[in-house]
Amino acid sequence: MKRFAALISDLDQTTKTLRKIAALERYFREAPPEDRIWCLALFSGRRPKRILSTTQLREWAAELSGLPLWLLEDSYAVVGDLAETIALVLPPAKGNIDKSLSEWISALRAIAGADAEEKRKFILEVWDALSGQDRFVLNKLITGGFRVGVSQKLMVRALAGVTHKPEAEIAHRLMGAWNPEETSWEKLIEAEDLGTDLSRPFPFFLAHGVEGEIAELGLPENWCAEWKWDGIRGQVIIRGGTHYVWSRGEELITDRFPEFASLCEALPKGTVLDGEILAWQDEAPLPFNLLQTRIGRKTVPKAILSKAPVILYAYDLLEWQGKDIRDRSFNERRRMLESLCANQSKALPLRLSERLSFDTWAVLGDLRDVARSHHAEGLMIKNKQSPYGVGRKKGSWWKWKLDPLTIDAVMIYAQAGHGRRANLYTDFTFAVWQGNDLVPFAKAYSGLSDAEFKDITAWVRKNTLQRFGPVRQVTPEHVFEIAFEGIHKSTRHKSGVALRFPRMARWRRDKSPQDANSLEDLKDLLNTYG
Amino acid sequence: METQDTLTFTSNGIYCSAGDFYIDPWRPVPRALITHGHADHARFGHRSYLSTDIAAPVIKHRLGDINIETISYGATVQVGSAKVSFHPAGHVPGSAQIRVEVGGEVWVVSGDYKTVYDGLSDAFEPLKCHSFISECTFGLPAFQWKEQSVVFEAINAWWQQNANDRRVSILGAYGLGKAQRLLCGLDRSIGPVLTHSTVEGTNRVMRAQGIALPPTQQVMHDTDRKAQSGAMIIAPPSALESSWARGFGDISTAFSSGWMGLRGVRRRRAADRGFVISDHADWEGLNAAILETGAENIYVTHGYTDTFSRWLIEKGYNAKVVPTQFGDAEEEQGNDV
Repeated sequence: MKRFAALISDLDQTTKTLRKIAALERYFREAPPEDRIWCLALFSGRRPKRILSTTQLREWAAELSGLPLWLLEDSYAVVGDLAETIALVLPPAKGNIDKSLSEWISALRAIAGADAEEKRKFILEVWDALSGQDRFVLNKLITGGFRVGVSQKLMVRALAGVTHKPEAEIAHRLMGAWNPEETSWEKLIEAEDLGTDLSRPFPFFLAHGVEGEIAELGLPENWCAEWKWDGIRGQVIIRGGTHYVWSRGEELITDRFPEFASLCEALPKGTVLDGEILAWQDEAPLPFNLLQTRIGRKTVPKAILSKAPVILYAYDLLEWQGKDIRDRSFNERRRMLESLCANQSKALPLRLSERLSFDTWAVLGDLRDVARSHHAEGLMIKNKQSPYGVGRKKGSWWKWKLDPLTIDAVMIYAQAGHGRRANLYTDFTFAVWQGNDLVPFAKAYSGLSDAEFKDITAWVRKNTLQRFGPVRQVTPEHVFEIAFEGIHKSTRHKSGVALRFPRMARWRRDKSPQDANSLEDLKDLLNTYG
Repeated sequence: METQDTLTFTSNGIYCSAGDFYIDPWRPVPRALITHGHADHARFGHRSYLSTDIAAPVIKHRLGDINIETISYGATVQVGSAKVSFHPAGHVPGSAQIRVEVGGEVWVVSGDYKTVYDGLSDAFEPLKCHSFISECTFGLPAFQWKEQSVVFEAINAWWQQNANDRRVSILGAYGLGKAQRLLCGLDRSIGPVLTHSTVEGTNRVMRAQGIALPPTQQVMHDTDRKAQSGAMIIAPPSALESSWARGFGDISTAFSSGWMGLRGVRRRRAADRGFVISDHADWEGLNAAILETGAENIYVTHGYTDTFSRWLIEKGYNAKVVPTQFGDAEEEQGNDV
């Protein structure tokens, strides 16, 4: 595993894209193919089957290091990564085992069926024979989830560099349900034919936010505009008599949305749609928190199905009659999508994304201003001549979101972050006034600069009123402008509201706590936008 | 009774009523005993200061015209009814633990310390006492330092690689202590060693007081920064992301601190490398130091105090957390150490 561990170090040890790509290329050229496929799998979030529970790992690590379990837990809270915590607290290794990445994976798989005592013996032996980085990497193989600052894009570039295949093709090859135990480097990356994986989705095309003036896009007639929804971006694939639903995070979510099975009969084989999955009732979207009740579960009880029924709000057609049509113009794909959706029954969970008509940018701007009243979060603007691209590319797709809602709130609790933010206070609870009381209504942990996090951390240390475990109650002194995308009623929160994606827009050092908003102000927002 | 303790914890800092003095106070007081020159220990505004003779020049360099008396390691001075002496803490040159004895009761304030010898600061001296006030900046078992020679080897290997690639190496290090410690560990055959003015300011003070440091060359306004490929530059951490650093052209950057032991922090700091080297005791060091004092009462401050005190209580010590206001301690923010 020395080679793979060294790759992780190399990737960790530079912030420069070109050096990362060079390290990946070197690995893909030099490592044996059976290691390469595992590297691809791990870096794209495909973890080997978990053979040990993290509870077992914690207990055994505490045992071997002679530490009480709570101390290991406290250390984990600071380090932020169990695999790393264990690698750090264990005593220095005495032995030495050298296995390749794929050999380690086989070794782990081989003990999957063993009883707990055998597994324990195996792990203790392995920990005692691996040092430093090797030990950390092995733990990562067990706990899963490598984060090495390698985006899909970066991996695609490295693979394209090594194989001399176009990046778009590589990106497509890496999509979908492939499993390193069932495929090979040869089949997945090198083979002439992309294979017959019917579930394989296309890489999603992503939009950039509009940065400057909208008029910089040129003539309005070259562009098509649609509402931008706050749902789950999804791809619905109808192939070979069955259907697959993929989320943008490349998760296969077919079972969570059984409604889409009906599309299988209504639409011809060889159809792939791109759109937004929305909770939908009476021809209007329901709030995102209703859709959220559908996300976490593998099977969906009837009550939830009827409370939060979903549709696909289709805005693109990627495959038609079994043919990849992504290189055709948006206009042409849109025409085909329109005729596909025409005359479909309203009972079918499929709606065609509305095309907004506008002849000047000013008119479109007016539409954007009223997006919230349409339950949308802004607009999508797409170039009519553009093909369907791969990944986030500037130029032909833009999102033009509404400015977020904001409210001024007082910080009342602070908690230290972990991992990258281990020694900083970064997670805060905010409150608004209700009479003379402060009512907490939101937590936020992003939006400040590193320098601001440092300042607030120093302040928190000096102004702690009380500690509740890792949480510190602080003097209500600092006001922050909290920005958020939406507001909904909530029975779970004391304040009676739940915010969508709250974050700190600004630290209002110019304001004193009395200047912060009240719960009434928040309720007003709820009545207007909820 | 709290009030009869030799040392008590007040809103100004650690106080000795028998001698009417404070140790490393954070608010202006009439008489301050200072463990070492780092900004969160040696502050402005006290009417009089007492530090070791080795620490004094840097304290004066940083605080300007102050009323400071000095004492050498091991010497005893009577302050009121308290017997006071300063002993090596191994943290930075001149850094001290302060021993306070009143009526046979001995307390030791560790200041910042490390138990391993760094070749530059006087080696940490274990002291017997009844009550020990210990820092615990790195009081978690996840912090275990490698031997200094191993880290120096890694730093030199990084420098050599950069020199081969005709890059400039910029190593971020706290200007007092860490920078000088690193200077002493660099392999001078690889290339020239340059310093940022902040680091060189401290170097100058230390050389003037007779501390032997390898030769360095300060980066000046008229230094041709494009002509330094292969050089090593020691600079304060804050300079690494500045236009000053970018002016050297093709650079590779690294931080050096105990925090670099955490992968998450290494990645957040976004340098090319993070070398794990600290002027604070690691987990083993803290535990060994506390054991050697023979003290029953341990007061912990600076760092993971809640966790560390719980650990000590389970080990049978009477451990408590010192309330502090060391809020802007550079150490705690991972800039340094």
